[in-house]
Amino acid sequence: MADAAIRFRDVNKWFGKHQVLADINLAVSPGEVMVVCGPSGSGKSTLIRCVNGLEAIQGGDLVVLGESIVRSGVSMSALRTRVGMVFQSFNLFPHMTVLENIMLAPVRVRGLSATEAEKTARTLLARVRIPDKAENYPANLSGGQQQRVAIARALAMQPKIMLFDEPTSALDPEMINEVLDVMTDLAKEGMTMMVVTHEMGFARRVAHRVVFMDAGRVVEEATPDAFFAAPKSERAKDFLSKILSH
Amino acid sequence: MLDFGVISANFKFLIVQGLFGLGGFAGGTLRLAIPAIVLGFVLGIFIGLARLTPSRLISVLATLYVEFFRGVPLVMVIFWIWFIIPQILRLPIPEYGVALTAFVVFEAAYFGEIVRAGIQSVPRGQVEAATAVGLTRAQTMRFVVLPQAIRNMVPALVTQMIVLFKDTSLASIIGYVDLTKAAQIVNNREIKPFELYLFIAVVYFIFTYSMSRFARRFERRLTPA
Repeated sequence: MADAAIRFRDVNKWFGKHQVLADINLAVSPGEVMVVCGPSGSGKSTLIRCVNGLEAIQGGDLVVLGESIVRSGVSMSALRTRVGMVFQSFNLFPHMTVLENIMLAPVRVRGLSATEAEKTARTLLARVRIPDKAENYPANLSGGQQQRVAIARALAMQPKIMLFDEPTSALDPEMINEVLDVMTDLAKEGMTMMVVTHEMGFARRVAHRVVFMDAGRVVEEATPDAFFAAPKSERAKDFLSKILSH
Repeated sequence: MLDFGVISANFKFLIVQGLFGLGGFAGGTLRLAIPAIVLGFVLGIFIGLARLTPSRLISVLATLYVEFFRGVPLVMVIFWIWFIIPQILRLPIPEYGVALTAFVVFEAAYFGEIVRAGIQSVPRGQVEAATAVGLTRAQTMRFVVLPQAIRNMVPALVTQMIVLFKDTSLASIIGYVDLTKAAQIVNNREIKPFELYLFIAVVYFIFTYSMSRFARRFERRLTPA
């Protein structure tokens, strides 16, 4: 696959003396949905945070949409407009309405007019199924609604890749599905996605590939069917038994 | 018996000279306090931002500045600028220049700390979310961090402005004729301390109380629904 959307080549990363990513080799094809799972502290969040440069890598190469992000002189700002990200804690801007949250980057980074940006924003709100919340402030929305606004905010830049960092971990159980449904729609539309999640039902239904990480290493990489039916490593078996039995 | 005739007889001197500084002497509480608050805050923003820059040299210098001026009395700063700087520069500095400079450099240290704490009160996730949608560092600061930081700063900022407003009475020690000094001058002649100092206390209170009232309204307006 010469034209992978994301390619990690021998990627290494340390926080001080602690190695958080070790010899990562992974490729995500355009349109592929990759679920990354593993115990906490395994490096899965760090892995996807490297893709849009929120974390720097110290060794190896990382190519995103045909551009190496470790090469000096690469515009991270331009790259980030093509890679959307959704966070565990939503991180909506609390001093702006839902509409303003979504319009900020298109207006300030893309230079769109307010009218154009608003039109796109309203379309996106309809797509994440909350068209009536445009004028609300984040504090007046439920967690599930806030996370869907966060998805709309990321989509407003028309990214080619979407990164999800435990998007449902901070949600009450009854709100998880409304967010997963939106993500499923996105996957069906052919979005390239890297998703860190413990939602194994989502992984089984939507992912093309599951990556299991432990202690900074990719321990297992398989199709969801293969991974859930017969995990090869002891650590993956142990992890699955804990996460599926709770 | 209280005799407030002394106030009406000297009203023009107390208010026009002492409060507004529009008399024959260098003076005026408002003429000192307003520019001192504005310039002190502006310098404070730079110092607060300087403490947070990745550049080690700049942040250390800003930290030293803050620690120094927080560690010495305001009166000492006023005396330094009044007695020592003119000798070094071989240049006389008028009372107004001395008082204004002293308040700006001194208060900027406090405003700087308020600005720094306000910026640091904005969660990291906000910066990450802004960065992730492609905003530059400056845009992130301007559109995401500062609007939230300022809202968090307002209470501390207003408290500091009130402190500064009251502290301008210290400028009277170098002969600057502010409200306090004006009352003292009148009292030396008329010996009506109770009436005079009660009157200026009321004037100070009207201003400080209005400032805290305004701050409360402003805070409410900044808080989204």
